[in-house]
Amino acid sequence: MKRARNHPGWWAFLVHRVSGIALALFLPVHFLALATALRGADALEGFLRWSEQPLVIVAEWGLVTLLAAHLAGGLRLLALEFLPWREWQKTLAAVAAGCALFAGLVFALAR
Amino acid sequence: MSPRRFELVLWGAQRATAALLALFVVVHLATIIYAVRGGLTAAELLGRTRSSLAWPAFYALFVVAAAIHAAIGLRTVAAEWLGWRGALANVVAAAIGGALMAAGLVAVRAVAFP
Repeated sequence: MKRARNHPGWWAFLVHRVSGIALALFLPVHFLALATALRGADALEGFLRWSEQPLVIVAEWGLVTLLAAHLAGGLRLLALEFLPWREWQKTLAAVAAGCALFAGLVFALAR
Repeated sequence: MSPRRFELVLWGAQRATAALLALFVVVHLATIIYAVRGGLTAAELLGRTRSSLAWPAFYALFVVAAAIHAAIGLRTVAAEWLGWRGALANVVAAAIGGALMAAGLVAVRAVAFP
């Protein structure tokens, strides 16, 4: 197992799994937050103003990065399963990590 | 349906929803990054989601695909990390998927229609 953990593929698997669990836990919160608009634009505005706290912004950055990581890791998996190449495993893991960090950075700069 | 066939159907559904979500998430990330510039306001957000029926159509498909994908994914995690398999695990995963879908569609309705 220790040997397996030194493999980039194991890290790619772990990031994909942990980001997937975190996103699944976040989804109901996301939906509930948007549903405040049922009580009118002012209710949604109130939530958005609440979300401007530094901790919430850090959490948002984390979620955007997790979403980008899960996307990149998922594209890696689809490529591994459906495309014939195998030599690319390490490269794909690296590209996936790069794309996730890039999306997170762009979000941080835009915010 | 045999258990083996059931696993195969779920595997296929997970890949099919993954392929759809890959496209949806790229659009979502781009929208997020565009929308947060200068801060989010309810007027701006609702102005966008209520500007065209294309937005609720897009988000409704997104919600359905994400709910199916999350439920199958959580079922896999429960089986592999918790050793929890069988009929009850399937029912709970399906219930989570159904609840996510319902909550997601309510959220789409909330932001897309006054």
